[in-house]
Formats: sequence, C-alpha cells, structure tokens
Amino acid sequence: MITAEHLSKHFGQVKAVNDISFHLKEGENLVLLGTSGCGKTTTLKMINRLIEPTAGSITINGTDIKRQSPETLRRSIGYVLQHNSLFPHYTVAENIAVVPGLLKWNKNKIKDRTEELLAKLHLSDALLTKYPHELSGGQQQRVNIARALAADPPILLMDEPFGALDTITRNNISKEFSGIEEFMHKTIVMVTHDVQEAFQIGDRICLMSHGRVVQAGTPAELLFHPVSDFVRDFFAASYLRLALGIVKVNDIWDKLGDNKGIDAPSVYLSANESLWSVLDGFIKNSRDEFISVQNKEGKTKRVNKVELFSAFSNIRGLV
Amino acid sequence: MQQSQSLQDFISEQSGKLLEQTLTHIGLTFISLLIAVAIGLPLGILISRKQKLSGLVLGIAGVLQTIPSIALLGFMIPLLGIGAKPAIAALFLYSLLPIIRNTYAGITGVDNAISESAKGMGMSSMQSLFKVELPLAMPVIFAGIRTATVINVGVATLAAYIAAGGLGEFIFGGIALNNTNMILAGAIPAAMLAILFDYILSRVQKLNIKKLRIAFISFPVVILVFSSFYLLPVAYESKLLAGFTPEFMGRTDGYLGLKKQYGLRIRTVVISDAVMYKAAHEKKLDVISGYSTDGRLKAYDLRILMDDKIIFPPYYAAPIIREEVLEKFPEVETVLNMLAGRINDSIMTELNYRADYLKQTPGKIAKDFLMAQGLWEEPRNGNKGVVRIGSKIFGEQYILSNMYSMLLRGYTDLDVVTKTGLGGTKICFDAMTNNQIDLYPEYTGTGLLVLLQPTQEKINSIINNKDSVYSYVSNNFRTKYHIKWLKPIGFNNAYALMMRKRQAEELHINTISELKNYLDKK
Repeated sequence: MITAEHLSKHFGQVKAVNDISFHLKEGENLVLLGTSGCGKTTTLKMINRLIEPTAGSITINGTDIKRQSPETLRRSIGYVLQHNSLFPHYTVAENIAVVPGLLKWNKNKIKDRTEELLAKLHLSDALLTKYPHELSGGQQQRVNIARALAADPPILLMDEPFGALDTITRNNISKEFSGIEEFMHKTIVMVTHDVQEAFQIGDRICLMSHGRVVQAGTPAELLFHPVSDFVRDFFAASYLRLALGIVKVNDIWDKLGDNKGIDAPSVYLSANESLWSVLDGFIKNSRDEFISVQNKEGKTKRVNKVELFSAFSNIRGLV
Repeated sequence: MQQSQSLQDFISEQSGKLLEQTLTHIGLTFISLLIAVAIGLPLGILISRKQKLSGLVLGIAGVLQTIPSIALLGFMIPLLGIGAKPAIAALFLYSLLPIIRNTYAGITGVDNAISESAKGMGMSSMQSLFKVELPLAMPVIFAGIRTATVINVGVATLAAYIAAGGLGEFIFGGIALNNTNMILAGAIPAAMLAILFDYILSRVQKLNIKKLRIAFISFPVVILVFSSFYLLPVAYESKLLAGFTPEFMGRTDGYLGLKKQYGLRIRTVVISDAVMYKAAHEKKLDVISGYSTDGRLKAYDLRILMDDKIIFPPYYAAPIIREEVLEKFPEVETVLNMLAGRINDSIMTELNYRADYLKQTPGKIAKDFLMAQGLWEEPRNGNKGVVRIGSKIFGEQYILSNMYSMLLRGYTDLDVVTKTGLGGTKICFDAMTNNQIDLYPEYTGTGLLVLLQPTQEKINSIINNKDSVYSYVSNNFRTKYHIKWLKPIGFNNAYALMMRKRQAEELHINTISELKNYLDKK
C-alpha cells in the first residue's frame, strides 16, 4: 500500500534521511524505531508531505503522493502527535470534528461518527464539551487518536503517540490500542524510541540509525537474527522481556511434557498466548502448581513455570 | 484679588468644551488605532510567515517608536499640514510597533506541535491561520493593542500642538496661562481615559478563548464607533479659519477678549506657536494669533491687523531679577540696563527674523548686535560669582538672554550660566521664585495678566497705558516676590492678529473690526 523508494532528506550538510526504502501492505503496522536524531520522524513526515524529500519517492496505492495537493493528501491520512497537539481553543467535540469539517461532512454525520469513536475509545459523552486542558493526559491522547481516526482514513501516522504519558497510562493505552477493532484494518506507520512499544504494535520494525535503515523485519527477526552488533546491542537491555513476549506456547509445544495425571485447575489457557503473559499470570497469582494449556488441535498439556522456562531456554535461536 | 476658581467650578463651566475635547481625544486615539490594527495585524502575520522580513519590519517600526513624539508631529506638518491628518498619522506610526510585534510574537509563539497538527490534518495555510494560529495568538495580540491604546491616549495630548484638538488643548493652555485647574481639567480625563481603556482591554484579554472570538468580531465595530467621535464635534462654520495658541485661547486679552469686545465669531483650532506662522503662510490657516515682533511675520509675509478697540495690552520687555542677587552683585543692574531703550519693534523683528528664518544662532545674532552698538567687550572670565539667566522657549528670549550673558561676562567679573528653553511663563517664573534662576526677560502684559492677575476693574484702569502697567507690575513684584523689574528694553511684543498680506489686501481687511464685519457678512 505504501512504498518508499530511495528516500533521502538533507538539511544542508546533514543527511537526516539517507536513501531508505520500505514497503507496507494494507493493514500492516510498521514501526520506525531508533534513538532521537536517527531520521525516523523525518521519514514519517515525508509520508504526509510535512517534509518534502530531497530525493526518492513515496507512492500510496501506486500513486505518487506528489500528484495530489498536500492538503487533500493529509485529509486522507490520520496524524497523531504527542498529547499536547490538541487545539486548546476547541472543545473535544470540535477537535474530533476538524478533519470531517475540512471534508465538509454534514453535521449529523459528524455527530454520529464522534459518538461512535468516543464509545470505541472508552471516553464518556460528558467530555464532548470539555476543553483539552480539562482532561487527563490519557484522555487527551485518546481524543487525539479519535481526532486522527475521525474521517476513517485508511492510513494512520503516529509520531511518538504515547511518548508524553506516564508509564502506567502509557502501557494501558498502548495495550488497549492494539486491541481496538478500528485499528485492525488501518495501515499504520508509527515512530517510537521505545522498544517494547515497537514490539507490541509493529508487525514489522525498521530499526534506524543516522538516517539509514540498519535492519527491517518482524520483531522476531530483529531479536533473534540481528544483522549487526548495533541491532543486538539495541535490544540487549530488555532482551528477555522482548523474547518472552514474542515466543508463544505453541512455539515450544513439542518441548513440553504432557504431565498427565497431575492435578490442574479446569481453566484452559490458549497456547497462542505469549510466554510472557502465561508467566506473568503465574507470578501475579503466586501460583506454583500446574495449569492447563490447549493448542489449536484441542490437545492439552499441563505446565508449570519451571517447565515453561526450561523449554524456552532450549529453543532460543530456533524461532 | 479675584477669588480663585475651584477645579469643580472650572469643569462645570467648561463642561461643553471638556466633552468636546474628550470625544475628540477618543476619536483621535481610535482612528489611529484602527489604521494601525488594519495595517499592523497583516504585517505581523506576513512577517510570521516570511521570517526573513521580520528583522527589517520590526526594525523600521522600532525606529519610528524612538522618534520623540513632538518631533514626529513636527515631521508630519510639511507632509500633511496641520490638523487631524498629521496627528492621526503620527499616532498611527506610534501604535504600529506594539501591534506588529505582538502579532508576530503571538503567532510564532503558538506551540509547534499545535500548528503542525493543524497542517498535518490537512488545513491550508489560511485555514490554519484563521482557525488555529490567530485565535491562539489573540491574547498576545490584544496585549499589543492595549499597549498601543495607552500610548495613543498619552501621545494624543500632543495633538493640540498641531491644531488637532483633544485634551491637550486644556493641558497646554493651562501650562501657558498658569492655570492649574485648566491643566487638571485636561490631565485628569486623559489619565482616566488611559486607565479605563487599559482596564477594558485587560478584561477582554482575560476572556476565555470562546468569548474572545466574539470580542474579536465586535472589536472593529467598537473601534469604529469610538473613531466616529472625532467627527461629532463640528464647530460652527465660518469663511476663515483661525489658529490660536492654547495660551491665546484662554486669555481675556486673547480670544475671550476678541469675542467680548469685538464680537468676533470665527472657526478656531488650537495650534502650537512653533508651527502657526508657517501654517498661515501655507494657507492652512487664515488668521493667527502672533507676536508683534516675531521674525516670521517678515519671513512669511504676514500682516498685523490693527487692534482698533485696544484689547491687547502692552507687552514691553524688561529683564526681571531677584533682589537678593542685586544686593550681592549691585553692578549687575547697570550692566543689564545698558540695553534699555536700544531695541525697538522693528529692530527686534529683524533680529527675530535672522533667528527664525535665516537660522542664525542666537549667540551670533546677539554678538553682531552688541558689536554694531559698540557694546561688545571680551569676556573677563571672572570668578566672583555666578548669575543664572533663564529664558522661555522662543527665539526672542534666546537672543536676549545671550545678550545679557555677553554683557555680564564683558563688564563684570561674574560668570554666567544660562538655562534656556524653560517651557512657558509659568515654568520660567516658578524657576525664579524657587531660586533656580536669577533673571530672565519678561513682558509687562504677562506680568500683569498671567502672574499677578488683579481684578478686572484694576486691569481696565491701567491696561491702555504702558507706563501704568509697568509701574503696577514693578511695584507689585517687589512687594510680593522680591523681584525687580529693570528698565524696559524698548520694544512692545504684544499679541496681534495676523493674516497673509495678500489675502488681507484682497479682502480689504486692515483692522480687527473689519475682519469681524467681513465674517458677519453672509
């Protein structure tokens, strides 16, 4: 759906973005990951022409983005910045209605759409007449996302959307975010420097440094098959957390014993869960005993945390 | 002595005029503000979009702001003449900087994330400006308008100098006439206007953004309404236009006397002495109140109308000096009296002409004259003591004080300090009674009418005789202030009505009575 070819942006002598290419299929989430100054935001802004590239091209559905006016292009692309980008002089309702207003939707259609979005983003109707400064940071960011989604654009660009929130709010929102149905069909490009957020949201990740893509691929490819020490070092600090998040019980199914005959509660966990969420469940509930997991074919096995962890240790590098 | 009038009496007596001046003042302030907003706001927006221009535009507006207001008004006269136009132009230039600067600061101060999200959502540059940037910049822009308004209320008082009216008429008239009530009657409303507008605009500024939109829309309407005040006070029409100094306007031996004794009805504007003659010469004014020895009379080809009913008292010039100084340095009196009787009207006019028109320095004129009269002596550079000579702020006084200073240096061992340019009569005389200066040239008429202010009967009994006036002021100054009037210099610098020589001839007007008759003819 989005194809960038040999994209470069130079600011004077500085090569902010230096010959990068990527491709996104419809409905895919791409995360541009890297430390500040790596060129990820510049890349993002070239997609909605807030920045014009020095060289290279971007096409959306096969059409060069330069062939339509920047305003028309931008109205078809949702754009989410950090939470202080809401218009302070507009109410929540007015903020959400900005793009539909620019597209000259009628009032009722705007109203219906606003209410629909509020419900989906778990915001109360009472907020509609409030001004942004009267909202909490988390609420502001939900409104911000609602504003970007208002005209139901097929593409969503997000620039550190959760960057300004505190850790707890941020984890809640980004978890919720990946679960909202509205996002499922969107093609999303998100910029972040947070590796966990990148792994949580990205179908694919472009790890960038000094204006170049160092490695692009699925989270697992980047984590388990790093192309360079830079990539390896980039994830080293939270390696275990990330790996446990990627590996699902299914991936280690063969390594697990049956443990038939051992008592376990009649609750069945899906083998499609990541090891992290299963282990997290053990620790949070202070469980030492076994629980039952069930795979797609309906087979069940009983596992405890020691067994899960030792199986995980054996498959490292194989996924 | 006349019972001195209270401020309240003055205000109730002059309430019509006060209202007119206040409305004119508000009108001047807001017309210029309207133009400044109409031009400054787009300019501010322009430079916030094209930042390369910002240095240049803010620089020019900043330089304009540094020009002293009275000088700026002066620059406007050759370009726009006198009256409302130059005053509005000057006020407009003054209010430009705060408006441009605050518009620029307000727009560039909008959070980058906000203006970028406006753009990112597909707003055009204009939509972003009107929907997002301007509304958010509005409090800062209003702060600029507020500053400009307060500046304008203040500077607009100076408009009275160039015949544009406003509360300055009372203020400068009061200073010239030594009339505190008159000064206050102008100054208090001016200050109250400034405070009032500042307060109203501060409330507007604090409105929440929603209401600010309404305020922003209604603001031009309010300005327009206020601006129209300027047009309200329409004076009665007459064939000729007179420009009188603030002092002349308020004096019984000035405009009041003209109305009473001659029954003169003429449309008048108040104007500063400095630009009056030129305005008459350039046909901006037809009749002016000048001084009979003024050099510009000759320079600008003006003619004095004969005072056939004798309402202008004699204004014989003489040095006045504190008696204390004479006791200490008795030789001063003889030296100062050396000029007595040596300068008659035509000589003084000639000397003034050289200053006003030929632009010679007062020092050179004084020295040339003393040399021609054989009075010049090299300075002795003595250090016996210091005498401080004052002068009012016009050419004749500069020339005389230079002569006195040269004579004292040449004939005594005293050193001389000159303090020239002491505003008007009140400032000069107060400087003297407060022991800031020792002597200055004063006029008998001024001493009588402005400083002593005896009863009307007393005035009437002596006014037509120059010697009676001289002896009256001389006696009273001695007893009241311990100040001595030395011998008169010779010339009589009385008030006079003047017209352009050409026009006066065409209309056959030689006397003030003839002027009145001409005006009364339908």
